[in-house]
Amino acid sequence: FVTCGTDRRGSFQLSAMASAGGNPLVLPAVLHLRRSDADFTAALSERFRVLDFFSSGEPLPAFLAAAAAAPEPPRAAVVVGGGSVRVDASFLDAVPSLRCVLTTGAGIDHIDLAECARRGVAVANSGEVFSTDVADYAVGLLLDVLRRVSAAERYVRRGSWPVQGDYPLGSKLGGKRVGIIGLGNIGSRIARRLEAFGCIIHYNSRKPKDSISYKYFGNVHDLAAESDVLIVACALNKATRHIVDKDVLEALGKGGVVINIGRGANIDEAELVVALREGKIAGAGLDVFEHEPKVPAELFSMENVVLSRHVAVFTEESRSDLRAHTVGNLEAFFSGQPLLTPVDADSLVQ
Amino acid sequence: VALLAVVATLKLATMAAAGGKPAVLLLRPVDAPFAAALRDRFRVLDLYAPGQALPALAFVAAAAAVPEPPRATVIWGGVRVDASFLDAAPSLRCVVSTAAGLDHIDLAECARRGVAVANSGEVYSTDVADYAVGLLLDVLRRVSASERYVRRGSWAAQGDYPLGSKLGGKRVGIIGLGNIGSRIAKRLEAFGCIIHYNSRKPKDSVSYKYFPNVHELAAESDVLVVACALNKATRHIVNKDVLEALGKDGVVVNIGRGANIDEAELVIALREGKIAGAGLDVFEHEPKVPAELFSMENVVLSRHVAVLTEESRSDLRAHTIGNLEAFFSGQPLLTPVHADSLAQ
Repeated sequence: FVTCGTDRRGSFQLSAMASAGGNPLVLPAVLHLRRSDADFTAALSERFRVLDFFSSGEPLPAFLAAAAAAPEPPRAAVVVGGGSVRVDASFLDAVPSLRCVLTTGAGIDHIDLAECARRGVAVANSGEVFSTDVADYAVGLLLDVLRRVSAAERYVRRGSWPVQGDYPLGSKLGGKRVGIIGLGNIGSRIARRLEAFGCIIHYNSRKPKDSISYKYFGNVHDLAAESDVLIVACALNKATRHIVDKDVLEALGKGGVVINIGRGANIDEAELVVALREGKIAGAGLDVFEHEPKVPAELFSMENVVLSRHVAVFTEESRSDLRAHTVGNLEAFFSGQPLLTPVDADSLVQ
Repeated sequence: VALLAVVATLKLATMAAAGGKPAVLLLRPVDAPFAAALRDRFRVLDLYAPGQALPALAFVAAAAAVPEPPRATVIWGGVRVDASFLDAAPSLRCVVSTAAGLDHIDLAECARRGVAVANSGEVYSTDVADYAVGLLLDVLRRVSASERYVRRGSWAAQGDYPLGSKLGGKRVGIIGLGNIGSRIAKRLEAFGCIIHYNSRKPKDSVSYKYFPNVHELAAESDVLVVACALNKATRHIVNKDVLEALGKDGVVVNIGRGANIDEAELVIALREGKIAGAGLDVFEHEPKVPAELFSMENVVLSRHVAVLTEESRSDLRAHTIGNLEAFFSGQPLLTPVHADSLAQ
């Protein structure tokens, strides 16, 4: 621990500690409320005093109470969605020292943004760290559904290679109208990729985007009616829960395909299963589900769906990018700089 | 057998008697719309007609014996067009192949006899390119592997999940930058890949980095995509040395022909972790797939289906009829193939 004098971070730490009158060896405390790999934990521990929930072995309320009661309680917390930690009023009551919450996943539906704003707690998300990988994965799911890649895989691995005459034909990408719900960091990247395949891009978002030439639809029903593929690429919030519902699936129609790399609850899953069972749509590629890790068992017997385990963000590269990004946001916060990727209370797109 | 041959010849003569239209020797199964489109325009001598029992070469010989024997034939990859085939049907002046490749046709022999050959042109190019990208995405992002986990009913702790690998920034070495290879390049550029290629000669119209041989291409690539035809020069063009040059993080995608890759060496390289993974739509001895691959999570296996979409099937119909009509009306073929043709 020899950082004094030479770099900005080092001199901040000394001055902060000097003004706090505290022990110069004490790094700022950070609550860490997610399962992590060794590299991530090490990167944080080099710079901060990490209070790690999952290695504490304690139930969450006890862990938070202990952290809040310590001298120099944590002012920042690193969380992730999809787990047991919701950043809501009771969470913030438990650790009133928190002034900043960083989330490392792609979504923010586990954070009560309005409550954070009321208390002046800054929120930062993962910015564009995952956007490219999620977009790539969405295209991979679509290719798999339309061209039946995993279905072919299953046939071959079963050891059976039936006569080509019996093979169900796939469907060409070129010329397909792809309706993207949410044209943010992820949706816009999906659009660019699919344009290279000759797809026609349509979209819905809260407002039309002036800078692009894709056709805008004011609501998802109209989008579905004029699309062959629907891709969910929006955040989950009150407005977008079940944004793909029975009506939308009907409007999409029996040649239609749904891809979900948003949140399971963006789609009315029960209606989706019905639509697939009854052939009201042609297929689906799903990386997320309403009650993960539970997947509707009926889907397992369908050859026209591709099922995945909420992995669209998982590459080696994005994992190391996330590390650097999280450290960057924490350092910005502790040095009084603006967060790299602040989230506003009314934020909708991913 | 003699009786069968007589019956067959009578049947053929009946087929051939459907007045006025030129005869076409049909040596591949076709769906109903394709059959109807052919019958509208030609006298179709159909190897796959219901009740037709002669094996292929005997059928060809019988067809050659009808009055006004066929001058054109429609074939697929399963029919070898070599000297003995052409001897059996000396009336043939034109071979229209619906396959994506040409390795089943002795182009030199056809040229010697003045038999014109037409291929499928660009009918399949887009679908094959799309499929190659689908295979690569599947290998790098483990889509089918994830599928298997979920369908097994087990959704293991996320912490245990093997991470995938990002496409952006990867150097993709394309072997053969023809109709298919160039489309693959265009798609992968949209993902942020860097395109390298090898072909017989550099192409002035592209800015991708050219490598004069596949070994050097592999040494400077993270992914190798086989998109070339199969011929003497390209058999086992991906061999042990090339796989070693590609290296332990490298991925191979094959939508060409199984024999473009030394399959035995590929299996060893995968087994020993000398390369990171593979996406394979074709194999050296289809439909046999090396059993060792079935237990590997880092390979994606497919059943030679890269051409199979509804759209390319109807495009193929129009394209084949177009070539036949051109031939019979004395026009140049839409997609003639020359004896020295190498690229797909």
